[in-house]
Amino acid sequence: MSDEAIRIGVFICHCGTNIGGVLDIPELTEYTKTLPNVVYSAANLYTCSEVGLSEIRENIKEHNLNRVIVASCSPRTHEPLFRSTCQEAGLNPYLFEMVNIRDQDSWVHMKEPEKGTEKAKDLIRMGVYKAALLESLEKMQVSVIPSAIVIGGGIAGMNAALNLANQNFKVSLIEKDSELGGLLRYLNKVYPTNEDASNLLETRNLVENHKKIDVYKSAVIEKIEGYVGNFKVIILQNKKIIEIEAGAIIVATGAKALSPEGYYNYNGKNIISQLELEGLLKENSINTNNITMIQCVGCRNEERKYCSNICCMTALKNAILLKEQNPDANVTIIFRDLQTQGVAYEEYYRRAREMGILFINYLPEKPPIIKKDHIEVYNEFMNQGIGVPYDLLVLSMPLIANEDSEQLAKMLKVPLEENNFFLEAHVKLRPVDFATDGIFVCGSAHWPADISESISQSNAAASRASTIISKEMLEVEGSTAEINTDLCVGCEACIKICPYSAISRDEETDTVVVNKVVCKGCGVCGASCPQNAITIHHFTSDQITAEIVTYGGG
Amino acid sequence: MSKNLKRVMVIGGGIAGIQASLDLAERGIKVELIEKNACIGGRMAQLDKTFPTNDCSICILAPKLAECSRHPNITLHTLSEVKNLSGQPRNFNVKIFKKARYVKEDECINCGLCIEKCPMRVDDEFDMKLRKRRAIYIDYVQGVPSIMRIDRKNCLLFTKDACRICEKVCEREAIDFDQKDEELELNVGSIIVATGYDIFDPKTLGSLGYGRYPNVVTALEFERLICASGPLDGHLKRPSDKNDPKKLAFINCVGSRDIKNNPYCSSCCCMYTTKEAMIAYEHDNEIDTSIFYIDLRAAGKGFREYIQRGCDDYAIKYIKGKVAKILEDDQKNPLIVYEDITTSQVKQLKFDLVILATSMIPKKDAGNLAKILGIKINDFNFFKANSYQPQISSKEGIFLCGACREPMDIPSSVVDASGAAAKAAEIVMRG
Repeated sequence: MSDEAIRIGVFICHCGTNIGGVLDIPELTEYTKTLPNVVYSAANLYTCSEVGLSEIRENIKEHNLNRVIVASCSPRTHEPLFRSTCQEAGLNPYLFEMVNIRDQDSWVHMKEPEKGTEKAKDLIRMGVYKAALLESLEKMQVSVIPSAIVIGGGIAGMNAALNLANQNFKVSLIEKDSELGGLLRYLNKVYPTNEDASNLLETRNLVENHKKIDVYKSAVIEKIEGYVGNFKVIILQNKKIIEIEAGAIIVATGAKALSPEGYYNYNGKNIISQLELEGLLKENSINTNNITMIQCVGCRNEERKYCSNICCMTALKNAILLKEQNPDANVTIIFRDLQTQGVAYEEYYRRAREMGILFINYLPEKPPIIKKDHIEVYNEFMNQGIGVPYDLLVLSMPLIANEDSEQLAKMLKVPLEENNFFLEAHVKLRPVDFATDGIFVCGSAHWPADISESISQSNAAASRASTIISKEMLEVEGSTAEINTDLCVGCEACIKICPYSAISRDEETDTVVVNKVVCKGCGVCGASCPQNAITIHHFTSDQITAEIVTYGGG
Repeated sequence: MSKNLKRVMVIGGGIAGIQASLDLAERGIKVELIEKNACIGGRMAQLDKTFPTNDCSICILAPKLAECSRHPNITLHTLSEVKNLSGQPRNFNVKIFKKARYVKEDECINCGLCIEKCPMRVDDEFDMKLRKRRAIYIDYVQGVPSIMRIDRKNCLLFTKDACRICEKVCEREAIDFDQKDEELELNVGSIIVATGYDIFDPKTLGSLGYGRYPNVVTALEFERLICASGPLDGHLKRPSDKNDPKKLAFINCVGSRDIKNNPYCSSCCCMYTTKEAMIAYEHDNEIDTSIFYIDLRAAGKGFREYIQRGCDDYAIKYIKGKVAKILEDDQKNPLIVYEDITTSQVKQLKFDLVILATSMIPKKDAGNLAKILGIKINDFNFFKANSYQPQISSKEGIFLCGACREPMDIPSSVVDASGAAAKAAEIVMRG
């Protein structure tokens, strides 16, 4: 630490009437001047406007400020702006502190402005005490390998690889099977155009012949190392160990259909699964008159609560094909809720109804009962049981997570959700990102997805990956965790709790270490360490304690 | 040899357009983001919360708005519309019509003094006309860019050659009544269309009483009514008597799955009516909600579980059946007439407030934009997308994302947007 005297400047924002209309800003400005180390305090109408920002820059120079506080809104939206403003004036961005007197004060205390002003004084004073202890931090620069690894060679993985390769990135596509294509290989036709699945399988040729794509088939992933910009995947192929490096990884490992064994008298002959029906339709070997399908077999129940998303459309597609083949056939779909959202799918459903396919709704508490030549199903509309004859009974089985998802997730250090599908960073706004930087997900590995959805997501994952591998260098957060190895007892509580998998045990030195590139400085490890051995830079114990003490604690 | 411009135009600044722009910008590609309104943010900015996490919508959107306006690779053109397109992929020439803002973008600091003094009171479109705004205003408090605009149709200077009060009170001299509409030309290698959707007007369905019965509102109106920054500061009251509503009914598929109106499914309504019911319950645990539906469509990740939570923890009653009509009693309580499918009897239920989940429909001017861009529309006026590469339009170099091609929720729009960015990057970065 330098011995330079602390010189804090505080900028208090009116935010138009958002803050200024409630809190007494002149009083806050005067009060702030009385606080230790504060050499400058002023109010702005809008600190984030260009005028406000240039005032910050000018006053850093004029008053030789070495700490800056803005008392305004939320750091979530405005901290980056103020930090870069400080930087522009030659101040380390981590010597900036933000105090939220809007969202957490003026907005919630609109009806009690005096109390709100008193609270703002407390908040600003706490900020001032913390600011005095702030340290300069440096953002780290990491170099980036300008290529991607795609795990899984189904339609999603192939398409992601193709997109990145067409953007001129080198791509390695890893497939555990001996050929590309995934589940698409077993399909007959695809909805909603009912064209041959083999048309889409032609993507395989584009992928295998692309000069930017290296395809590794029959390859098993042994180990994954590294971090954003610098991953290393070690695979075993033909008894050979191969190391592949890349800046980003896309997970496109797909899913598999639940086995129909044990459901509704499944026998593989006249009671089969929807996937088996695809095969029979491909061979054109169906000549029965009464075909009945049951939806939601083995899902939307206690064991598997979710809806598998693709089964209604698949059933509709095969029902339509059967009906086209033999208009006299009786095709019945016994369903719960028909999932045909959107424009084309709902139209497809209407077409199925117009063709004379029969739809019977069933209740989960009164599931269909399979008799020798007919099915008994209770119908709520008629308030009675109906007998539906069948020659062929088709069970719509859900897609379930692959068994090896767990192992892959462990190697990638990314989470799975309760059904073992991969869990994204944020359901709403980061649907194909993982919380861990540089790793992305698409297709049915994330959630049962049909072809159009898988392709759409694979394009998205390619885009997200391109935002990493298009950069020569990445700048990473400067406020990270640091472990004091003298205090650490190696309990590994921090390793287990870190949401970004940034902490690990270094085998060579047998100490617990933080990967500063991966660490986001969230502080969870610091709070959980029983030895207080972890310092979270920018949120150090000293800094937080100073805030608490001046508030009145201690 | 034709030029290859490493620059992409994104038309529409809702969540889809924003995500596409941010991805491209982070990829190192310059973006021209064209927004018709004065602020970006789109529909998502109007929503109170978002399913299935029930995150506050504007709180998760605002950082993206800020990022968009600060990103060195993004140029934001607000109050702007595309007027003409020529050229070919990798070298399009686009004419933009930019309406005058009458406020200097570099001078206005969004202090709000002008708003306080403006004497005009007109319906606030952002708040679904549930409150008044002034003739000088910002679309919404957190709007980006956070600068004012003057609404020429309502400003007294333009209508009566009077007033000029805003000009007098503005300390920054930011008001400029002499600003003219402008035309500019931009050269881009590829175009992404992300113009979003409109809301079906349920007035055309006379039987539901919308527009005649004050206590029948649309779901988007409900979002504003229950939103903390909305016209009621988040204290839900019913419009007729400002009482706290205790019995709510949501009606799904209003205008959707209806061959007389919009035959398609709007995709999001089953989920958002559940969300709105949950939020209402969180505001007031005495609220009792029924949701009328045809099929409960909840196929997304965690969606089925969300509906289950609605039943278990929020006491939502899901009633299968299409509502025939709504009547009103002398207390202005809406009466829902429906067929109880378990007994096949026509029943009538009284509610305090009824919310209509109206269809998402194509933008009014979608047909016109399609003509300008030379892309096809489908039977319902959504932009026509390729069946298996859904971000691909009917024209090379032009891509689609979000609800302009089909009704979809926010995560799907975000996926679609990133996907469209990848496809556009494929065009402009090809070796």
